[in-house]
Parts: sequence; C-alpha cells; structure tokens
Amino acid sequence: MRFLEAFGRFWWDFVVGDDWKIAAGVATVLIGAGVVVSSVGGGGAFVAPLVGVALIAAFVAVVAVDVRRR
Amino acid sequence: MGSSATWGLVTATFTSSFVEFVEALTIVLAMGLTRSWRSALWGAVLAVVALAAFTAAAGYALVNWLPETALQLGIGALLLVFGLQWLRKAILRSAGLKSMHDEEEEFREQAAAARVAGAESRFGLDWFSFVVSFKGVFLEGTEVVFIVITFGLNAHDVPLAAGAAGAAGAAVLVTGAVAHRPLARVPENALKYVVGLLLSSFGTFWAVEGLGVFRDGGRLSWPGDNWSLLGVLAAWFLLSRVMIHVMPRLAAPSAAQPAPPSVLERVS
Repeated sequence: MRFLEAFGRFWWDFVVGDDWKIAAGVATVLIGAGVVVSSVGGGGAFVAPLVGVALIAAFVAVVAVDVRRR
Repeated sequence: MGSSATWGLVTATFTSSFVEFVEALTIVLAMGLTRSWRSALWGAVLAVVALAAFTAAAGYALVNWLPETALQLGIGALLLVFGLQWLRKAILRSAGLKSMHDEEEEFREQAAAARVAGAESRFGLDWFSFVVSFKGVFLEGTEVVFIVITFGLNAHDVPLAAGAAGAAGAAVLVTGAVAHRPLARVPENALKYVVGLLLSSFGTFWAVEGLGVFRDGGRLSWPGDNWSLLGVLAAWFLLSRVMIHVMPRLAAPSAAQPAPPSVLERVS
C-alpha cells in the first residue's frame, strides 16, 4: 500500500508539478479542442493557431490568478 | 537534416537536459556529502538502470501500440505542462514575485533534511540517502527522456538528441566530480527561462498537431508546418516579456519584491 501511494505521488509530482492549475488549464484546452475537432472535423489552417491562442490564454489566466492571491 | 537544424536540435536538447542533470546532481551531492556516498551512488546507479528499463518498455509500447498522433498529443501535452511550470517560475522570478532559484540554497535544504532524517538501514545501505537519490535521478531522468523523444522525433534524429543529452549528463557529472559541490555558478535561472520557452513551444506545437488523432488520425497541420514552430516560440517569448512587466501590477503591494535583474540581462 505504501509502495502504491509513493508510486502515485511520484507520478503526480512528475506530471502535475508545483501548480496543478497549469496541468488543469492545458488539459481543459486540449480536451475542449479535441471535442471540437472530432465533432466538427476542423481541418482548416486556422484551427492549430486558435488552439495555440487558447493555450496562451489559459496560461495567462492561471498565472494571473496565482499572482493575485499572493 | 541541415546543419543549422542539427545545431538547433543539439543546443535545445543539451541545454534542457543540462538543467535537469544539474538538479539531479545537487540531490545526489547533498545525500553523499551529508550521509553516505555509497548509498547515494547506489541510488543514482539503480535509478539509471530503472530509467533504461522504463525507457525501453515505454518506448516499445508507445511506438508499437499507439498511433503517431496520439504519441504526439500525449508527449506534447506533458512537455507543455513541464515547460509552462518552468516559464511560470521564470516570469514570477523576473517580475520580482518569487525569489531566484539558488542551487546552493537547494543543496542546503536537502542537506538539512538529510541530517534530521532517521538512520534506517536496509540491504546494508543508508535507506534515506538511497531513496532520495534514486527518486531524484529517476524523476529528472524521466524528464530528459521526454525531452529527447520530443526534440529527436521532431527533427527526425532521436540518436543525435540522445547523444546531446548524454553529453550534457557527462558534462554535469565531470564538473560535479571536479567541483565536489553544487553547480551554483551555472546561470540556472536564465537557463530555466530558455528551457521553459523551448519546452512550451515544442509542447504546444506537438500537442496541437496530435489533436488530429480525434479527426482522421492524421496530424492537425500548422500553417507553414515546421516553420510555425518559430512563430510559436516568438509568441511564448513575447508573452513572457509582457507578463514580466504586467504581473507585478496585479499583485498585492506586499507581494512585490524589489525587481532583480531580468534573466535575460543576467545571461548577457
């Protein structure tokens, strides 16, 4: 049990790191984009940059929340 | 692959891996100098063996069982999370909202924890220094593996990326062996800023391309294909510079510390 707990904590530390909000922001944007791409089948050249902009927006929001709480 | 692309791959992989190896070295040195060299080195050696086995098993499974785009999405997302964590810290440090990372300080904290830890012995080894060294080397090493895979596959030259990472490891090992102390003179804050930008850019590029797995299995293409990677890098860089100036205004007055020299100024 202790091994499983340590194993889980290791991978949590590895994937999520110091600020869980960043992993959550990235996951939210990618899952949302995945849903849109699979349902609409978006293949236009503007789709990739749009997802990139969404990732940037998520990062700014996460850091801004972090800074305001300091 | 052109020579400029080769140098780009080598530089990006070497720099990113170098920072990871410096962190691993600090942990092993702290355990070795304060508790037991034998246990710390066994921890580091077994972590390298475990890492090799993990890489072989995971690499085989990923390459043979997963579509390439799913691999891109998974590794790109992981790399993006790593990169953004580093970029966040670099922005906060440059904005004066977080103290500069100091490898000497990190070493002191690890050494202090080692001194107060209990003296449990297993298999003839000091268990605390063995476990801490093992975990530190395995954790940092796994990040290096993901860096090599991403940079290497993106440039279609994984062996060269692995070689660059190996050279970074050797450089850190030799320097550490000679200095016998944490590599405090390495401009780690500046390096982490650069590495954060590189990982965020490659992670964004790859994760977004990998979203094509939800469509028809093919890649979701960026305008200009690989050239857009430069645009992504420029976007993250410009954003970070803007955030360094804007974020202190969002913080409560007590949180803002006197602004230290910017990491870019520290590089020059």
